Amino acid sequence: MAEAGWRHQAFAGWGRVARAEMDAARPERVADVARALAAAGPEGIIAYAGGRSYGDAALNAGGRAILTSRLDRLLEFDPASGMLEAEAGVTFDDLRRLFLPRGFLAPVTPGTAFATLGGAFANDVHGKNQDQAGNFGAHVAWVDLMFPSGELRRITPEDRLFRATAGGLGLTGIIVALSLRMTRVPSRFVELQERRVADLDEFVAALEEARSKSHYSVGWVDALARGRTLGRGIVESADPAPLENGDSFKEPRRRSVPLDLPGIVLNPLSVGLFNALYWRRVPAAGRRRRVTLDKFLYPLDSITGWNRLYGRRGFHQFQCLLPEEASHHGLRAILETCANSRAASFLAVLKTMGRDGVGLLSFGGRGHTLALDFPATSGVDELLLRLERLVLDHGGKIYLAKDARLSPTSFASMYPGLGEFRDVLAAVDPASRMASDLARRLEIKVGPP
Amino acid sequence: MSRPIWLVLGASSSIARAFARLAAEQDADIILAGRDLQDMERSAADIRIRGGGQVEVRPFDAVDRASHSAFVEALPPGRLNIFLCFGLLYPQEAIERDPSLAEPVIAANYLGAVSVLSRLAPRLAEAGAGAVVVLSSVAGDRGRPSNYVYGSSKAGLNAYLQGFRAKLAPHGVSVTTVKPGFLDTAMTFGLPGMFLVASPEACARACLAYAAKGREVAYFPAFWWLIMTIIKAIPEPIFKKLKL
Repeated sequence: MAEAGWRHQAFAGWGRVARAEMDAARPERVADVARALAAAGPEGIIAYAGGRSYGDAALNAGGRAILTSRLDRLLEFDPASGMLEAEAGVTFDDLRRLFLPRGFLAPVTPGTAFATLGGAFANDVHGKNQDQAGNFGAHVAWVDLMFPSGELRRITPEDRLFRATAGGLGLTGIIVALSLRMTRVPSRFVELQERRVADLDEFVAALEEARSKSHYSVGWVDALARGRTLGRGIVESADPAPLENGDSFKEPRRRSVPLDLPGIVLNPLSVGLFNALYWRRVPAAGRRRRVTLDKFLYPLDSITGWNRLYGRRGFHQFQCLLPEEASHHGLRAILETCANSRAASFLAVLKTMGRDGVGLLSFGGRGHTLALDFPATSGVDELLLRLERLVLDHGGKIYLAKDARLSPTSFASMYPGLGEFRDVLAAVDPASRMASDLARRLEIKVGPP
Repeated sequence: MSRPIWLVLGASSSIARAFARLAAEQDADIILAGRDLQDMERSAADIRIRGGGQVEVRPFDAVDRASHSAFVEALPPGRLNIFLCFGLLYPQEAIERDPSLAEPVIAANYLGAVSVLSRLAPRLAEAGAGAVVVLSSVAGDRGRPSNYVYGSSKAGLNAYLQGFRAKLAPHGVSVTTVKPGFLDTAMTFGLPGMFLVASPEACARACLAYAAKGREVAYFPAFWWLIMTIIKAIPEPIFKKLKL
């Protein structure tokens, strides 16, 4: 039995490949966070929030975790400036429900509303407006960070610690609250334009046009298409829509996946069929329609527990960013490798990014980002290794919030801010209280020899 | 009609937070009363942003009974509704290791509740309307070897509330004894032997509904009525041999 206030529990990343048993505390007040931090033993401690990181970023096998779900209070909102202060466990779903009716939207949001504000900052997440708005951290005015020592301090973008905490994977301490600049929206709807693209060249050209003209842009790739159809897909671009008479909104009904599907359900044949149908869903001439921001921003949230579609074995997410000058060649190489391996992928997303993140380990910069998912079958590790090399060869980087397999040497060459990040960690956490499976796997805390 | 006011006694818990949010959404003004002022200020801000309406924070300590008269006198005049949800639980093994831990449990759950409710009674009666909802526990229905100090403090509270209800009924004030099973709160987090755990939000929603209906005694979730009816029916000679 765990000691009072701690629960021994099995956790998993959203991809359900990375798993860990941890002793977890669930503080409801700020003072309880300090008490939980003080209890960190030699195995260390990490914040576990919405559980939407795909890999091992929020896992600390054999150690401790602080669940932030009950730190869920809104602290201040100024409708004139849009500044919102909130505790770290507030989710994008809370913001969607409470602020969209008032005409305010999170300035940057990940593809699931079940992520928390603290998690969004710790991973410096991005959304479908990265070209225009950059990452989440760029919209944060301050963060209340509880140092591993238990000291609570407000840090601002001028601080080096702020840049280490944005995208810092929870390793600088526990994010307790933050201040976010919300964006005004004219209505709860976007004007969405969907367009079928026949191959990679057309895809990249369509994204190029969309990034300069539209507020949001994103593309879906048929990752099983080969040869002449390599890189075919659908490009979506959207802009906030003006308020219309008779606009009404009903909370969408949520369905859930009641059980783990057998692994065999997602195979190259079934996914190939799905992809072919999905591609033809949009008429050849394209289409325009008005959809809610809720549906446009969080398409998968209507299916609770969609990760169970992949069965008990789980799946890997792979997301890379390739710099613009290398991206055309690199994307072709990655998509060819993926298609030829017949590794079934149906959540394949290609979009542009335009801005650097504010963090030392942020996933950002100008280029193309491609996200793929692979059921965790026997050949998947080898495939991920091949993709990792391709990303390195093209000067790109892999997104840590999604990753469970990257090697420490590749990580070090992809993230030049690592040296400075290590310096900050040595200063803020000399006793090395913060720990995670990701930090151990990537040897983040081991300095250069 | 003016907005109803809910006084939440023991306002730092997750159940209090959930209750106050819901009551504010239903257009009530809220007075949060508890020990951790800083924490309650955060909750007050949260409730204001979510629900609109007035929220104020007042210091209140259930075990500092000498302060209760002044606390009650300083409350705003007019009709009040009360949600009493403070409570203290030490595991029975801990109390057996250190018997002095029994007293704070009784002081909070029984003496504290009796003290503040007795002082609130005259003004509730005078207002001639209102609802009192008290969070008790199924543990008060029968003393079990695994939890009988906590259980006895709640049993005392339940008996007190029976009389309190009858006393206030002629004045149009309803008194609800809520007997939750296991709630997913900081008090029970990580305790062994938990099952059928209910969320604080669901319990808070039910408590507001009991108040609206003027329920006398309510098990939450309702199936605990059946479980406790069976447990209460077991004859003592058999009960003492069960490891419950």
